[in-house]
Amino acid sequence: MSGQSHTRSVRLALLAVPVLFLAIASLQTRIDAQTRTIAQQKEELLLRSGPLLKKLSLGYDSLLADIYWTRSVQYYGTRIGSPGEKFELLWPLLDITTTLDPKLMIAYRFGAIFLSEPIPTGADRPDLAVELVKRGVAAIPDDWRMESDLGFLYYWHLKDYAQASATYLDASKKPDAPLWLKIIAAQVAAKGDSFSTSRAIWTELFDTAQNPAVKKNAFQHLQSLQAQQDILELDKYAGDYRKRYGRYPETVKELYQSGLLSGIARDPAGIPYIFGPDGKAQLDPKSPVIIEKPLARSPR
Amino acid sequence: MGTPAIEIEGLTKDYAVGFWRKRMRRSLDNLTLQVEEGEAFGFLGPNGAGKTTTLKLLMSLVFPSAGTARVRGRSIDDVRMHREIGYLPEQPYFYDYLTARELLDYYARFFGYPLAERRQRVTRFLERVGLADAGDVQLRKFSKGMLQRVGIAQAIVHDPQVIFLDEPMSGLDPVGRREVRDIILDLKRQGRTVFFSTHILSDAEMLCDRVAVLLGGKLQGVGAPGEIVSMEVYGMELFFEMRPGFLLPTALAGSATKIGERYRVEVPEVQLYPVLEQLRNCQARILSVAPLRPTLEDYFLKLVARDKADPHPAGEGAR
Amino acid sequence: MSAIPAVVAINTFREAVRDRVLYNLIFFALMMIGASILVGEISIGISRLVIINLGLSAISIFGLVMAIFIGVGLVSKEIEKRTLYTLLSKPVRRWEFLVGKFGGLLLTLTVNTILMTLGLAAALYYVSRNFLRADASVLVAVYFILLELALVTALALFFSCFSSPMLSTLFTLGVYVSGIFSKDIRDIGMLTRNPAMQAAAQVLYYVLPNFHNFNTITAAAHGESIPLSLIWQNTAYAALYVMLVLIAASAVFSGRDLK
Repeated sequence: MSGQSHTRSVRLALLAVPVLFLAIASLQTRIDAQTRTIAQQKEELLLRSGPLLKKLSLGYDSLLADIYWTRSVQYYGTRIGSPGEKFELLWPLLDITTTLDPKLMIAYRFGAIFLSEPIPTGADRPDLAVELVKRGVAAIPDDWRMESDLGFLYYWHLKDYAQASATYLDASKKPDAPLWLKIIAAQVAAKGDSFSTSRAIWTELFDTAQNPAVKKNAFQHLQSLQAQQDILELDKYAGDYRKRYGRYPETVKELYQSGLLSGIARDPAGIPYIFGPDGKAQLDPKSPVIIEKPLARSPR
Repeated sequence: MGTPAIEIEGLTKDYAVGFWRKRMRRSLDNLTLQVEEGEAFGFLGPNGAGKTTTLKLLMSLVFPSAGTARVRGRSIDDVRMHREIGYLPEQPYFYDYLTARELLDYYARFFGYPLAERRQRVTRFLERVGLADAGDVQLRKFSKGMLQRVGIAQAIVHDPQVIFLDEPMSGLDPVGRREVRDIILDLKRQGRTVFFSTHILSDAEMLCDRVAVLLGGKLQGVGAPGEIVSMEVYGMELFFEMRPGFLLPTALAGSATKIGERYRVEVPEVQLYPVLEQLRNCQARILSVAPLRPTLEDYFLKLVARDKADPHPAGEGAR
Repeated sequence: MSAIPAVVAINTFREAVRDRVLYNLIFFALMMIGASILVGEISIGISRLVIINLGLSAISIFGLVMAIFIGVGLVSKEIEKRTLYTLLSKPVRRWEFLVGKFGGLLLTLTVNTILMTLGLAAALYYVSRNFLRADASVLVAVYFILLELALVTALALFFSCFSSPMLSTLFTLGVYVSGIFSKDIRDIGMLTRNPAMQAAAQVLYYVLPNFHNFNTITAAAHGESIPLSLIWQNTAYAALYVMLVLIAASAVFSGRDLK
């Protein structure tokens, strides 16, 4: 007779288990929603000490580093686009990641960009970015990319051109360093901030980026640089137009029609530039291109 | 006679008991014993008497608190002694993931036989214990009787001269017990020494040249089963049936017991013929007449009763 | 030298196989397959790194669990099941039995580890499409893990000679974790101003089995080469320490009454 009760309990299980799982799953989503609203108010990293975690990992620290790296990427990826987001945990997460595995280059490169980028793209903490990359330079001394990233930080965010140039020079001395590092070092020493230098640096960051977010960010910067350069050029043409016609042009079409330009001036996204009421060239607000960090309009 | 097969001298084992291991319990007290080559020797006693302890001491599974022992002239300390002995522990358990053949083969490997000889021995001894068909069955599927037989096989697969068996008959059905008895007799016929412990006295009486009786860790007596108990007849046992319509003679009414259709009565030897006469007069049918002798069991029960009454009996020696 | 330990070892290996211990490999394989497929999506740019980290960590953890849980049962199971009684009635010395048990578990662990390494190699190939020179350091890392497992097995065996499986597990784990932190324990001792404490800390450092010597998972993941001198030093360290532990175990076990 145990055969009968066995069949009955199997049937009960086949019925009840999926139902219960569904109930549990929907309950879990409720719980997650609940904790998310709480978490949004105050995000917590329970253990912030990298060295402590390294000890606790009992020798599996590089695996734990990979886990924290994944968390860092997810943290950034899910929060980008949230208004007012300051990415406060990005530094602790990357700090832990690089303490657990000091040779995880990709974490340093990620931090170099997104710790230093202004809100809303990053955490707006170039000082922390510098600290992170300096650690990377110490941990991976033979790789030119770490010094190169450090040089970038000095040049782009800290505007310390002397330091930037010196750092790029150091980078150029590392094994397998590409030639352009020396060129950049010289350019920065000579001219400080310039379009061509910036473009070269961002192009290199774009080319060597392994992380899609970093690549995308570099691309946006290149677009921004291009737009700024275009706008400077357009202002000059607008001035010529004014000399000829007594007023600033209202659209780039007018510039084209006047023969001063051989085509309709478009921004890197393909959308035509517009002119503001003061006659200054601008990006169309509808354009996806953003000028994030206007360069000082230094001569040439 | 030559060297005795087994020589035990003053063998003593104390265990520390209690939570703090302060108290000492003496489970074997000063055992001195000799077993000759070719003897079938029974080691008797109730549970807890120290029989298993003695065997474990001989096997060096536990170490003596005092005393020595030698088997075939070699001290029990000497690992080479184990080449010449076989051992079957009480209620044995074997690696249940192995088949019978694999088990025997495993144990045989400890003796360094070349491959062909080892294989041959395994087959031979499987047959010897009647397990030729079950050789490739996993031991976890074996019945108790089959396990016991495998146990004996592993104890003799290397043709040892002295075989130690701890309660070899326990838990077996009558068929199993018969088989084990036959194996022991066979070993004896081959001139080997068999030392086995048991609390089944009828087996001991039937198989053993000599027995030793152990009680409370102390040796109570050693000798041939007949020496330990006198061979004196102390009465006669009668079995008879009454014919329908006849009544039991009044003289016997008090002492006769009815078992089914039969009656049993014990009478002193001198009264045998008068009682037979009485039964003949009422036309009872006589089924059997047999003499009664004291058995090892009686001796045993007397010993146990005496021990209960006075837990520290003085002296040892036969009877 | 007698062949008795080998006889016991082969049987111990056979027991592990029939106990389906090796089925853990299925779980490992599934995990590596899942990881190889997912790793490209989730951890951008470091797929090779993650596969090696995950694979080596899993080999280490699975191996440790096996070494400890089977190790503490090596002796106690035979005593509990009383199969040891029959065994010791044969011409076997107690130390031969212990060495054989140790050898059998080590053999099981070695086979298990080799099979797992093959799985790891397959996953690595799937992710990188070729083998790099740097992958040799992965093999060294695996070898070091095996040395570690040998030492843990010896410790588990030692404890199982005189304590219950539960206590043996705790002791073995305790010694293992202490062995990982032994440098820190010493450093803390050195921080005190007390010369007696400092001396004690130094002594403790040399006494504890320094498991941190064997950890090269990070280096292997980054493809760094591991110096040859470290390889033979670690081998010698493991061999000596294992010998020490087995001798101690024999000493304890040889005098033990088997109830």
